[in-house]
Amino acid sequence: MNFFWDLFLGGITRGSIYALIALGYTMVYGILELINFAHGEIYMIGAFTALIAASILTMQGLTGISVLLLAMVIAVLYSSAYGYSVEKIAYKPLRQAPRLSPLISAIGMSIFLQNYVMLAQTSDFLPFPDLLMDVELPEAIAEWIAPSEFMIVVSAAVLMICLTLVLKFTKMGKAMRAVAQDREMAMLLGINVNRIISRTFIIGSALAAIGGVLIGSHVGRINFYIGFAAGIKAFTAAVLGGIGSIPGAMLGGLVLGLTESFATGYVSSDYENVFAFALLVLILIFKPEGLLGRSSQQKV
Amino acid sequence: MKFGEELKKSFFIALGLILLTFPIMVVQVNTIENVIVWRWRNLIFIGLGGFIFSFVWLLFQKKKSESSPQTPAGHSRLHRIIDEPRLYRPALSIIAFFALIFPFVFSHYQVNIMTTALIYVMLGLGLNIEVGLAGLLDLGYVAFYAVGAYSYALLNYHFGLGFWSALPVGAILAAFAGILVGFPVLRLRGDYLAIVTLAFAEIIRLVLENWNEFSFGPSGISNIPRPGFFGIKLTPEQSAIYMYFLLILMCIFTIFVIHRLQHSRIGRAWVALREDELACQAMGIDKTKAKLAAFALGATWAGMAGVLFAAKTTFINPASFTFLESAMILSIVVLGGMGSVVGVVIAALALILIPEYLRVFSNYRMLLFGAALIIMMVFRPQGILADRRKKYEFHKLESGEGN
Repeated sequence: MNFFWDLFLGGITRGSIYALIALGYTMVYGILELINFAHGEIYMIGAFTALIAASILTMQGLTGISVLLLAMVIAVLYSSAYGYSVEKIAYKPLRQAPRLSPLISAIGMSIFLQNYVMLAQTSDFLPFPDLLMDVELPEAIAEWIAPSEFMIVVSAAVLMICLTLVLKFTKMGKAMRAVAQDREMAMLLGINVNRIISRTFIIGSALAAIGGVLIGSHVGRINFYIGFAAGIKAFTAAVLGGIGSIPGAMLGGLVLGLTESFATGYVSSDYENVFAFALLVLILIFKPEGLLGRSSQQKV
Repeated sequence: MKFGEELKKSFFIALGLILLTFPIMVVQVNTIENVIVWRWRNLIFIGLGGFIFSFVWLLFQKKKSESSPQTPAGHSRLHRIIDEPRLYRPALSIIAFFALIFPFVFSHYQVNIMTTALIYVMLGLGLNIEVGLAGLLDLGYVAFYAVGAYSYALLNYHFGLGFWSALPVGAILAAFAGILVGFPVLRLRGDYLAIVTLAFAEIIRLVLENWNEFSFGPSGISNIPRPGFFGIKLTPEQSAIYMYFLLILMCIFTIFVIHRLQHSRIGRAWVALREDELACQAMGIDKTKAKLAAFALGATWAGMAGVLFAAKTTFINPASFTFLESAMILSIVVLGGMGSVVGVVIAALALILIPEYLRVFSNYRMLLFGAALIIMMVFRPQGILADRRKKYEFHKLESGEGN
């Protein structure tokens, strides 16, 4: 039972991070129909910025939760700026191009950012300060769940609720949904589509950065390559849930996290990623539109 | 000032870049000694580099937006050279002559690099069937390459199978893998297909890495024999030259087959499928069959390239078959111009040879590669040589009218 509970918790923790990153994929895909390959790199850059900021802050004598919050804010700001710039440089000039072009440029951007961080920082693993451990939990909760896991699950949940509310009730959220539904029609109705796309990238990047800070602190080390695996898995989660669907990305992330956790716990830990990808293949074969996605009708 | 607008814009872009890259470029945390290194000098580089780069970028973008409506696609200077027999025949014979004397003039090292580049030509042309002709975006092409390489290595290890018998076996196994992957995923549309092929490739790589009893894990398989030459023992230098000519022949064979395929019934079906799936089905083309054929044929070439790769390097391990390799091959196809054989050949040679000869920048190789992909897509999305459809035109007799 205890082993089961540990695996369950591990899965939920992992899954919430996947879900946070997956949201960025699914939002961009919903609007541009583009697999933003560089999204994983944005997450990695978020983690690096937070590491740098936290180191500087700690050396200035700050401690506890203030370091976590400040580092997170800086990481979010920088990642959003990166997400915004990536869109402006690599995707915006390609709006009218054939569908493969932005994808290739996204792959190029992903390779570029990885090597940029590797050259400017280091190719080794860097230890990430444990920012989440400083949080004190009430004893009743601490008995069941580690503080870092608790923080991850709670912050992911809060963020997702906020995002849902923003999309549902604000004017910007409405505009986003409109652009996702029909870009040209939205443009005709006076929505500034380019601005909405930029904002989508900014929101997605911010979520990815928070994911990066949380996972960095949870796992305890980062390097320039963490974005690749996380990106692919988050994309898997987005597809699992039905790409373009916000609740789908959340559900997909959790399902993926749990599957991985239980499969590594009960079957074999060598094949962790194999299980994730096999799940993706199976879902796509039997339910190509994903768990919560709507199947789209094709027309000539 | 003519460029006033651009200069002002690039100044702000450079300023933005300085702000953007500040934490990553300037601050370096040494976590062992717990000190922070501030590298302020990098800011100057970023500022200057960003300014010049964005200025050039903006100029080109302006030029592109001014000139794009007039120039119709597919009438570039390169195309004119290719179309003109007086030009391309001597060019072709010069290339053939150069290819013939190459291994005897240049060093062993150069020959090896050229052989690698030729393997990529084969891979690019093979993927071109899937992506360029049939429009099936395959991000896991390297899986079939791995199947080919491992089938030679394992068959040789367990059963002592030679190169020449392994070549068709590897090709068939890869084709089989292509059908195996293709069959379940063909119902999926573009991006889903891309991600599933990527997932399949990762699964295959991870299995190769972890299933030690089967594939010897990350340490790989060594001592794979080079191809024999009618039973004569060759020195490493000689066998490198032999390998080189073998690949030249394979590439010619590949180009020949693809050229024939392109204008055949199935080739035209692929192009139609790429352009519009539903309309294509309405015209009576069996979608599943055509797609499976594209997958199987594309995979066949990857399989053969894999066998050749294993024979050339005599050592393989799963690290040679990562996603980056798939991205590389896909870039060759896209940079070359999807569907265009000559373009793919040029792109493969350029992408493999240029980095090899720019060893000075070896650290920056992948950085430049990534940047090149983006720049290429922004300024020339159709690739080096855009593919053109064969057209049949009717010309009036011009001389007959006057008399």
